[in-house]
Amino acid sequence: MTNEQPFIDVRHAQKSYGTLEVLKDISLQVSKGQIVAIIGPSGSGKSTLLRAINDLDPLTGGEIWLEDKQVNKDLPHRQYEKHINKVRQEIGMVFQHFNLFPHLTVRENITLAPKMLKGISDKDADKLAEEQLAKVGMSERIDYYPSQLSGGQKQRVAIARALAMKPKVMLFDEATSALDPELVEEVNLVMKALAEEHMTMIIVTHEMGFAESVCDRVLFMDEGVVVEEGPPEIIFKNPKNERTQNFLRKHLNG
Amino acid sequence: MGLDFTVLPGYFDALLLGSLWTIAIMLVSAVISFFGGILLAVIALYAPAIVRYPFRAFSFVFMGTPLLLQLFLIYFGLIQIGIDLPAFVAGVIGLGLHYAVYNSDIIQAGILAVDKGQHEGARTLGLSRGQTIRKIIVPQAVRTVIPPIGNNLIALLKDSALVSVIGVAELTLTSQLAISKTFRPFEFYIAAAACYYVINLGLEYGLRKIEKRVAVAR
Ligand SMILES: Nc1ncnc2c1ncn2[C@@H]1O[C@H](COP(=O)(O)OP(=O)(O)OP(=O)(O)O)[C@@H](O)[C@H]1O
Ligand SMILES: [Mg+2]
Repeated sequence: MTNEQPFIDVRHAQKSYGTLEVLKDISLQVSKGQIVAIIGPSGSGKSTLLRAINDLDPLTGGEIWLEDKQVNKDLPHRQYEKHINKVRQEIGMVFQHFNLFPHLTVRENITLAPKMLKGISDKDADKLAEEQLAKVGMSERIDYYPSQLSGGQKQRVAIARALAMKPKVMLFDEATSALDPELVEEVNLVMKALAEEHMTMIIVTHEMGFAESVCDRVLFMDEGVVVEEGPPEIIFKNPKNERTQNFLRKHLNG
Repeated sequence: MGLDFTVLPGYFDALLLGSLWTIAIMLVSAVISFFGGILLAVIALYAPAIVRYPFRAFSFVFMGTPLLLQLFLIYFGLIQIGIDLPAFVAGVIGLGLHYAVYNSDIIQAGILAVDKGQHEGARTLGLSRGQTIRKIIVPQAVRTVIPPIGNNLIALLKDSALVSVIGVAELTLTSQLAISKTFRPFEFYIAAAACYYVINLGLEYGLRKIEKRVAVAR
């Protein structure tokens, strides 16, 4: 494991909105199968960093690499579009507000992209949908519309939709923040199951307990920099940095 | 000379045929106005300026001039440059394009109202911009604007009477022909109005069905 190339390699990521510098020279390596949590106060740049990894929010400086491919490669516009659409197929993303397609059934939500982008047959697509839904415990709802589901169910379908593309990496941006408290656990369980399958994941979260129990590594971000990082038992039990200590004091009690 | 509705039954077949033509005009121009409206909306919002501006000029002309004039222009005017369209075709093109411009405005608003997360959700799966617009954004936009587009269709149905002036034997022209033979304008105009009303009821019924069907998928 020692000489292994990082699976995801964020090199000197920098992002500004006008004069506001949101990410200040952030570097981050994630190896295959690793699960990394990103924690930090609101506005610290967690989402921006996560969304830079699949170029949803393009960086203004630095490089993102997925295995041997540079994600934010410098290409002419048309070629870049082609390139990034391919790369994004390999990076699953789950949003706070699910972003399911309301005009499509659960099945169609899941099969749309595989059918369009991978050209798989209707029959295989159906099988794929069934498999993925079984994984998140949503088989019964395959022909429902998103409006007929609870928040937790929506998020599980959103995870199944991302998994159906067979991504190499999964990114979660506060996947449970919009959920009623009693619905958080069902989504956490799905994420835990993924962790057991050694899916490479980067998880932005406000749930310290979850981060501690699931993740191999925790990054604490504040004001666009990684203030401190390490294994969860160090970050949560013995943080060295004062900002980390203050943040955790507020969040572990709440 | 009093009213005498007994002249009507003799013209039952003619009125029925006229109604069918009116329905045909309405349906064909509705389809043109719907898909044309989507096309114009997508161009207005996403196309590069070099495409957008000519289409904006086109929309401006269609919105700012009388439909009657547009029908004359398409039917009588285009012949001069060698385009000789059958009256029915000229009529549905004129009506269809005129209402496409109105529908485009509504659909644009619908597109802008689609949540930004929808775009992101699709793009992160690897869909291109075009695929996202086609499969995710436009279908949702259209669903939200079905009621106002339905109102346009009802207006379109009524404006289809204008197509009589270029000689399409739809309901209005049929009644006029009947009147010229019987000299009974009141009876036939009432009869024609009743036919329009019934078609309108059918249209509204259809629209309500469509609205119900998409309500769950919102
Ligand atoms: N489109 C934008 N234009 C200008 N500033 C932005 C934009 N998007 C984000 N920002 C700013 O970037 C900073 C980081 O935002 P980001 O969403 O990454 O924070 P976060 O750590 O995810 O916060 P939260 O926990 O609230 O989700 C914030 O100060 C935010 O106001
Ligand atoms: Mg955020």
